[in-house]
Amino acid sequence: MIAEFGHFALTLALAVAVVQSTLPLIGAARGDAGLMALAPAGAMAQFGLVALAFGALMHAYIVSDFSLAAVAQNSHTAKPMLYKIAGTWGNHEGSMLLWALILALYGAAVAAFGGNLRDTLKARVIAVQGAIGFGILAFILFTSNPFARLESAPFDGQSLNPLLQDPGLAFHPPLLYLGYVGLSTTFSFAVAALIEGKVDAAWARWVRPWTLAAWGFLTAGITLGSWWAYYELGWGGWWFWDPVENASFMPWLAATALLHSAIVAEKRDALKAWTVFLAIVAFALSLLGTFLVRSGVLTSVHAFASDPTRGVYILLFLVVTVGAAFVLFAWRGPTLAGTGRFDPVSREGALLINNFGLTVAAASILLGTLYPLFLDVLGAGKVSVGAPYFQRVFIPMMVPMLLIMAVAPMLSWRSANAGRAVASLKWAGVIAFAVGFGVWLSIDRASALASFGMALAAWVFAATVYELATRSRTWRGLLRQPRVSWGMTLAHAGIAIAVAGMTASSAWKVEDIRVMKPGETTEISGYQITFTNVVDLRGPNYTAMRGTFEVRSGGAAVTTLQPEKRIYDVGRMPTTEAAIRPTVLGDLYAVIGDPDGQGGYVVRLYFNPLVAWMWTGALIMVLGAGLSLSDRRARATRPLDASAQAAA
Amino acid sequence: MKPKHQRLALLGLGALGLAGAAALVLTAFEDNLVFFQTPTELATKSVAPNQRLRIGGLVQEGSLVKQGSDVRFVVTDLSHSIPVTYRGLLPDLFREGQGVVAEGRFQDGTFAASEVLAKHDENYMPPEVVEALKKSGEWQRTTGK
Repeated sequence: MIAEFGHFALTLALAVAVVQSTLPLIGAARGDAGLMALAPAGAMAQFGLVALAFGALMHAYIVSDFSLAAVAQNSHTAKPMLYKIAGTWGNHEGSMLLWALILALYGAAVAAFGGNLRDTLKARVIAVQGAIGFGILAFILFTSNPFARLESAPFDGQSLNPLLQDPGLAFHPPLLYLGYVGLSTTFSFAVAALIEGKVDAAWARWVRPWTLAAWGFLTAGITLGSWWAYYELGWGGWWFWDPVENASFMPWLAATALLHSAIVAEKRDALKAWTVFLAIVAFALSLLGTFLVRSGVLTSVHAFASDPTRGVYILLFLVVTVGAAFVLFAWRGPTLAGTGRFDPVSREGALLINNFGLTVAAASILLGTLYPLFLDVLGAGKVSVGAPYFQRVFIPMMVPMLLIMAVAPMLSWRSANAGRAVASLKWAGVIAFAVGFGVWLSIDRASALASFGMALAAWVFAATVYELATRSRTWRGLLRQPRVSWGMTLAHAGIAIAVAGMTASSAWKVEDIRVMKPGETTEISGYQITFTNVVDLRGPNYTAMRGTFEVRSGGAAVTTLQPEKRIYDVGRMPTTEAAIRPTVLGDLYAVIGDPDGQGGYVVRLYFNPLVAWMWTGALIMVLGAGLSLSDRRARATRPLDASAQAAA
Repeated sequence: MKPKHQRLALLGLGALGLAGAAALVLTAFEDNLVFFQTPTELATKSVAPNQRLRIGGLVQEGSLVKQGSDVRFVVTDLSHSIPVTYRGLLPDLFREGQGVVAEGRFQDGTFAASEVLAKHDENYMPPEVVEALKKSGEWQRTTGK
């Protein structure tokens, strides 16, 4: 009964979306306040209805209502409660409903917090949001109904893929979607601005917090996913350049570019058409990501419960939505010329280079990701583009970006003296050289490239700190810095820390695969590791084989690592649970494999240097986004006061 | 500088950057495009030695031999088969009779895999494997469809 109620709520939401996406547009065109007022009411109603539907579905998972097809296929009575709840979005139908829920949430947020928006703009933004909602809700109701009943309910369900039964992955989809789908808001703002034919500083200032929120969530979501892959898949790696990973990374690059170009649009009345274009592209890449993940057209190690036939609908939806936006852009874009002039060497110029680099990087990842699909469609054979392609293309592109990123905040608007800015960073340069040479001399396996990477990270970090210091001058000045500018400082420092972690963990990872018998000792990166024993144990819904490894360093006991190999009761699916001891300098990582039949076990040991820096750096970036968002100045509609203008 | 010159300078820089990026993409593509071959295709045409490629099919029943961390198995599309060697931990869902994709190169008639692709989902069949089985005409027999 509750499921039918949810289904009904979802159908009503579709009807509301029809109203929400049409009448306010007419109202805005005619200046009819009554019709425009339907927009916020519609957005609230849509959110309420989709939330009811989502709640009904979650209820079905919690009480294990196996008369619903989706629940029977993806849940099980013996599953821990957290994963019953997370199971709601751990499959195709539920994850699309989560998509719709978050879309409706952003629509409602615009309605709730957009009080200072121009009436016509607000009505149009919410209408566009409603149109996207219509497409997604129709998709759910007609092709992926999560409330579809089975004729006869089975006694128990088929359970959730055990790899997904993990706290990290339970929260990964909601965070990622808050980011991905959050870009729908900037898209709606862009389309609404094109309909109005007006992009001004106020528009750019309204768009920024939405971009910032989406970007922060996307950063957090990608980080959580990467962390999950690191500890759950047992390969010791954290990024595989897999199509599904790229699908979330491309919108991130576009959102990062958008974040920066919106500043130029707001402060200097330049790059306006470009900013609108980026907003469309960023959401297009989000939809493309949804398509790639949900359709399973590309071979991915992360493809869960995909279905090619339903993928076609998403592709169609992508083409219609983005196609319409681009047609509108081609028609109205030329009227958006900005008035701000600037020298190539200036803050604007540096931000332009940032946008250029990020866009080209996203395009080259797009090419590598979609190329196998093109060849396949053309019948030219099945190919795959391996991780080395992405590394060889992406890393060299990021080098000039990082070099300039350190200098850019030191440049003044309109026209700057690059020589003076670089000269003022001489101490940052000295630190970078010292770090680079120090690494080169002190680590045996230091390649020139890795030393350079560490130097680059030090360069960005030192320059970011120096820029903060010159901006605040005194300790009291430091405390008085507006939160928006702290956001920039933290985000840039976070990038620097993450780059150090990525470089070190890629360049100096130590891997040892060997067969060990209980009682044997081996050594890795200065740690003596003794394999003590293997025991069988029983978990809530699995049996496990757990190995125990005593770790000692120079005679002193350090820790005990207990990796497991689990077999889940339902489906008999095995999973690997790595044991990790994280430290500031590096993670000790152990995985136990199958017995070799002669009393030994295949054991994989890793030392991953500075890998924790990566997650820390990403967290600092998210913190920066949060701080920026919490600053009223970032959201105000009146022009910024002079001090904040100079600071940010 | 006049605005016109500035615009030219920016455009020139942009073109230069794009050309650099294009060169980077093209050279990286050339070296890292890995073709997928089915066992049947490999039986009919020769592969340049040391050519990196992907093969896919089913792991033949009873072919899996483990010696410590060295693994040997046979990949088949049910009309032709290829012996494979691999060193390392196999993915959790690697099983005899299941679909598999391996990347590596041929060495003396056997395929030395450097990577055996893991799937997170046991009901999932890699599209390449489906293709390989369809090409060898064995798809219907394995799925009953």
